[in-house]
Amino acid sequence: MEVLSYLIPISLLLGGVGLVAFLYTVRSNQYDDPEGDARRILNKDWDDHPKP
Amino acid sequence: MTAALRPSISACPACVAAPGAQALAEQALHKDAHIALSLPTIHCSACISTVEKALAAVPGVRSARVNLTLRRATVEADPAIMPDQLVKVLEGAGYEAHELDAGTLSVTQNDRAGRDLLMRMAVAGFAMMNVMLLSVAVWSGATDATRDLFHWISAAIALPTLAFSGVPFYKSAWAALRARRLNMDVPIVLALVLALATSLWETALSGHHAYFDATVALVFFLLTGRYLDHRTRAIARSAAQELSALEVPRAIALRDGAEVQLPVSELRIGDLILVRPGGRMPVDGVIAEGRSEIDRSLLTGETLPVFAEPGRAVSAGEVNLTGPLTIRATAVGRDTSLHRMADLVAIAESGRSRYTSLADSAAKLYAPGVHILSALSFLGWYFYSWDVRTALNIAAAVLIITCPCALGLAVPAVTTAASGRLFRKGMLIKDATALERLAQVDTVVFDKTGTLTAGTPELTNLAAHDKGEAAVALALAEMSSHPLAVSLANAARAAAITPAEVADLTEVPGYGTQGIWKGQPVRLGRAAWTGATPGAETTAWLAIGDAAPRAFTFTDRLRPGAANAVQHLMRQGKRVILISGDTEPVVAALATRLGIAEWQADALPADKAARIADLQAAGHHVLMVGDGLNDTAALTAADVSISPASALDAARVASDIVLLGSDLEPIGDALTTAQSAIRRIKENFRIATWYNIIAVPVAVIGLATPLVAALAMSLSSITVSLNALRLK
Repeated sequence: MEVLSYLIPISLLLGGVGLVAFLYTVRSNQYDDPEGDARRILNKDWDDHPKP
Repeated sequence: MTAALRPSISACPACVAAPGAQALAEQALHKDAHIALSLPTIHCSACISTVEKALAAVPGVRSARVNLTLRRATVEADPAIMPDQLVKVLEGAGYEAHELDAGTLSVTQNDRAGRDLLMRMAVAGFAMMNVMLLSVAVWSGATDATRDLFHWISAAIALPTLAFSGVPFYKSAWAALRARRLNMDVPIVLALVLALATSLWETALSGHHAYFDATVALVFFLLTGRYLDHRTRAIARSAAQELSALEVPRAIALRDGAEVQLPVSELRIGDLILVRPGGRMPVDGVIAEGRSEIDRSLLTGETLPVFAEPGRAVSAGEVNLTGPLTIRATAVGRDTSLHRMADLVAIAESGRSRYTSLADSAAKLYAPGVHILSALSFLGWYFYSWDVRTALNIAAAVLIITCPCALGLAVPAVTTAASGRLFRKGMLIKDATALERLAQVDTVVFDKTGTLTAGTPELTNLAAHDKGEAAVALALAEMSSHPLAVSLANAARAAAITPAEVADLTEVPGYGTQGIWKGQPVRLGRAAWTGATPGAETTAWLAIGDAAPRAFTFTDRLRPGAANAVQHLMRQGKRVILISGDTEPVVAALATRLGIAEWQADALPADKAARIADLQAAGHHVLMVGDGLNDTAALTAADVSISPASALDAARVASDIVLLGSDLEPIGDALTTAQSAIRRIKENFRIATWYNIIAVPVAVIGLATPLVAALAMSLSSITVSLNALRLK
């Protein structure tokens, strides 16, 4: 049962990381254009170097 | 576009004296030069990069970003860039583009309420998963200190979650209580608070049952329902706003002899305004200069254009057809007849709000029922066992079990499915209860001009004229961009007629075109100008020399799908009525063409609304389909209303549903879809009721453990959602 003392905090932490990541994506408008983003990934424009 | 056409940024004369202020204002504008463009035809990843590259290549454009979901592009550019320029660039690249009014759009751009709900839902979902993990351990047999620890951890997660995620319910319940009403949220909040309090108490006394998982799951399911509901309406709202934003309120004013483009809101009484052919009058006014014809169909329903000459009064919303007109503004902004009509709508609107939705009437029965039930089980158990702890536990269990998870999802899940289905067919449901009202409809009232007909004329009697006459008419018609002339030319070309050789062709704005053919003067145009006597039908007259003028008659072309929609409705057993402001022969002809038995001509806006009120008084549920300003009062008076996308902004605002395409056919389907949606909603209510009938006795006799509550809640929510998806 001692295993619980670190497994529970770990599971809460991991869930918390997921939640924070989700809140970050909502705040930075990443759900504004789901259809366009799905297509942009097939775009060859910035394959060689990142967009300046 | 030159700098002279741009509006001066500061309107006050003092600012001109202080150039610093002018520069400041200029700078502020520099930062905010957003241009929004609607791109209805983009559909692929290649489109995105083509459009973005084409826009970025325009000098002065800082950045351009395409949103494929909204089919829109946002451009940040120097203020010197005019939207028309970008539209031309995109048309060159092969994409249809329209300017959108950024001011109208800004409301949709940050959907704060939606984002807020999504955040709260995410937090509740995260907390639910974690608490459930701990609860599974308790259900599968954790005891003593382990169970207590798990309960405390659950409490530590559930308390902040409920404090954050439950806010929409607390607010709504508080608002209802302050108004001395009960809504669905009152029992929800009571259940949450009571369950949380008893669970904490139980945990402190190291009891067996704690409802932390159920409370969090409850909030999550209810927020899901609320978010679905919100999103359906947000999509409709943003599409409706895009339609409004397509009409950029800008006018060309003549100030000190120079043409200045101004927002309509900045026009003043006495301003001289230039209205080009094809343009819409921005304000009420008197014609100061120019001769033309005016299309008043959006205001009155008349199809015959009206002759316009200096001194004639015009109203905002009328369309200038042939020659450029200069008008002197007599009423601007809120004082224009367009706005006064729109104000009439607001009065009629109060009648609409009397409709109570199915969900509201369910809540009215439900909320007191639940409270009484839980109070009774508390009292019953208290007098049976004289133990407050047990009695409170059972009362909380009853509240949790009866809590309207399924009820909260029953309506939004179905309306989301139905609205999505109708949206794909080109219908926009603007109002939350529109589907319910649509399902009750038994009488459909159509407007004629612009609704059943497309508003474009069609030549009817080409065969009645010999080739020579038709050839002369064609030659004259090709000179003009008047709708009748264009239609005549198209029909003649399609009949393989070649234009005759007519010399000295000139267009006389407001009258017609004239020329010399084989030494004789020839004219094509208005009756009085060609020496004919005007009839009731839409007619262009051809005069050759001194011979009697020949009539080319026109009829208004039917909108695509109009005949099918009317037939579809009649097959469903609906009563179809045609009410128009147009003249009797025209209305009668259209009614026979479509097989509509009941019709009324020469109807004033008030007549239309009165007729609908009569029908409603006789117990009918009326659907009104109309597009013009003369229909707005009727649109608001009817139980539910539909307008096409081409309708005037005021008419679209007044109606519950907007048809996005030009096709009328979806109307018939919409009624069927609405009826099946209401059937599903009622089924869902029945499922929720049955679930309560089984679960409540279990809770009242004290057999509901947290495990049973969690199972029952999830099961009913999933059943209801799946039933909603059955909607085809």
